Amino acid sequence: MEAIAQKIREAAKRLLSEGKVDVVIGYAKGSVPMREYPYFAYTPEEAENLTWTSFCCNNLALYTIRRPGRMAVVAQGCVSRNLVNLINENQFKREDLYVIGVNSPGMVDRRKVQALFPGKTITEVIEEPEHLLVKGQGFEQRIERKKFLRSNCLTCVQRNPVISDEMIGEKGPEGHGGNIDNVAAPWEKLIPAERWAELQETLKDCIRCYACRDACPLCYCHVCFVDEAQPQWCGKTQDEADVATFHILRAFHCAGRCTDCGACESACPQGIKMRRLTSKIEKDIRELYGYRPGMEIGATPPMSLFRPNDPQDFIK
Amino acid sequence: MFARRRFAVLKNLLEYVGIEPGRLHFSWISSAEAEKFQKTVAAVTEAVKALGPAQHMIKDIRKVA
Ligand code: SF4
Ligand code: SF4
Ligand code: SF4
Repeated sequence: MEAIAQKIREAAKRLLSEGKVDVVIGYAKGSVPMREYPYFAYTPEEAENLTWTSFCCNNLALYTIRRPGRMAVVAQGCVSRNLVNLINENQFKREDLYVIGVNSPGMVDRRKVQALFPGKTITEVIEEPEHLLVKGQGFEQRIERKKFLRSNCLTCVQRNPVISDEMIGEKGPEGHGGNIDNVAAPWEKLIPAERWAELQETLKDCIRCYACRDACPLCYCHVCFVDEAQPQWCGKTQDEADVATFHILRAFHCAGRCTDCGACESACPQGIKMRRLTSKIEKDIRELYGYRPGMEIGATPPMSLFRPNDPQDFIK
Repeated sequence: MFARRRFAVLKNLLEYVGIEPGRLHFSWISSAEAEKFQKTVAAVTEAVKALGPAQHMIKDIRKVA
């Protein structure tokens, strides 16, 4: 990982000192372990702060939105797919974007790591090729990286960037071997009453902080429907109807666009598994319209398109 | 026609979270099809009545006030 990080820094320094881009958007080391955060390098000196670790969980495509000038973005598979989405949704031009591509090894879920050490504070995590060395006061343990991947990274099928102007390191395997169809839409096998109960159970700790929305590169509306006051589409309370309305509609707005990057789940302070909703839509879009978001520049988003023979047996 | 795709996905999503299938209805009716409109409304009303009062998405103001 460190070798890749070094190459990212070199590429960023070169791009900035040559004046090719105004900003390089990448990841920097968090102030606490396992919390790498989005970083904006405007000068070659600032580029020194860029890093690449197992905890690059934010989706950097988000930060290209409404940003003037030319930008370079460090992009693994999912980030590149969201960049393609944004280009297809006319948010910026391909020419204004420089993609520093990198193969994703799959990112690690900090919650899964923390769960190994209940009640203890992890003070340092050292990256090794296949392992992480987790340290804290009075303990030290080497864990196998691939056993702690985020669930979306286990079923990812596009780990190499779909577009890149420069590839850092080698291309790697496209997936981890997990099959999304085994885990997508987990409530499909339940009867309706159980489904509603599962929805409530999944959302019961939601505090309506909207971190999931704010972390998502699909959510760039000037005014989100939950913030709209006239009319108020969605109430502000913790009542189950309001919480469910927010989550169902947010998921629906991601239809045909969600790349299953997992940034929403990684951002949630409460550990809510909202991919149980988005994965259902992702699956429907794939099965009904044969579409995977963000794979190709120029592809029309499936919700902005129709075909005469689209399924319509539900319309009477 | 765009709506057809959006409704297909929305209907699946609502059923997926446990809203009973018979609560949501879609129909193509032109402004000239008065009879179809009347029949559809009657059928929808019947179907929803059969399901009884809604169980989900009910906001109880006493709980949140
Ligand atoms: S949830 Fe919907 S309205 Fe809100 S920002 Fe996302 S896409 Fe826009
Ligand atoms: S809804 Fe979640 S998984 Fe989908 S694109 Fe947004 S942040 Fe990524
Ligand atoms: S980030 Fe988590 S707690 Fe915050 S609104 Fe989203 S699901 Fe709820």
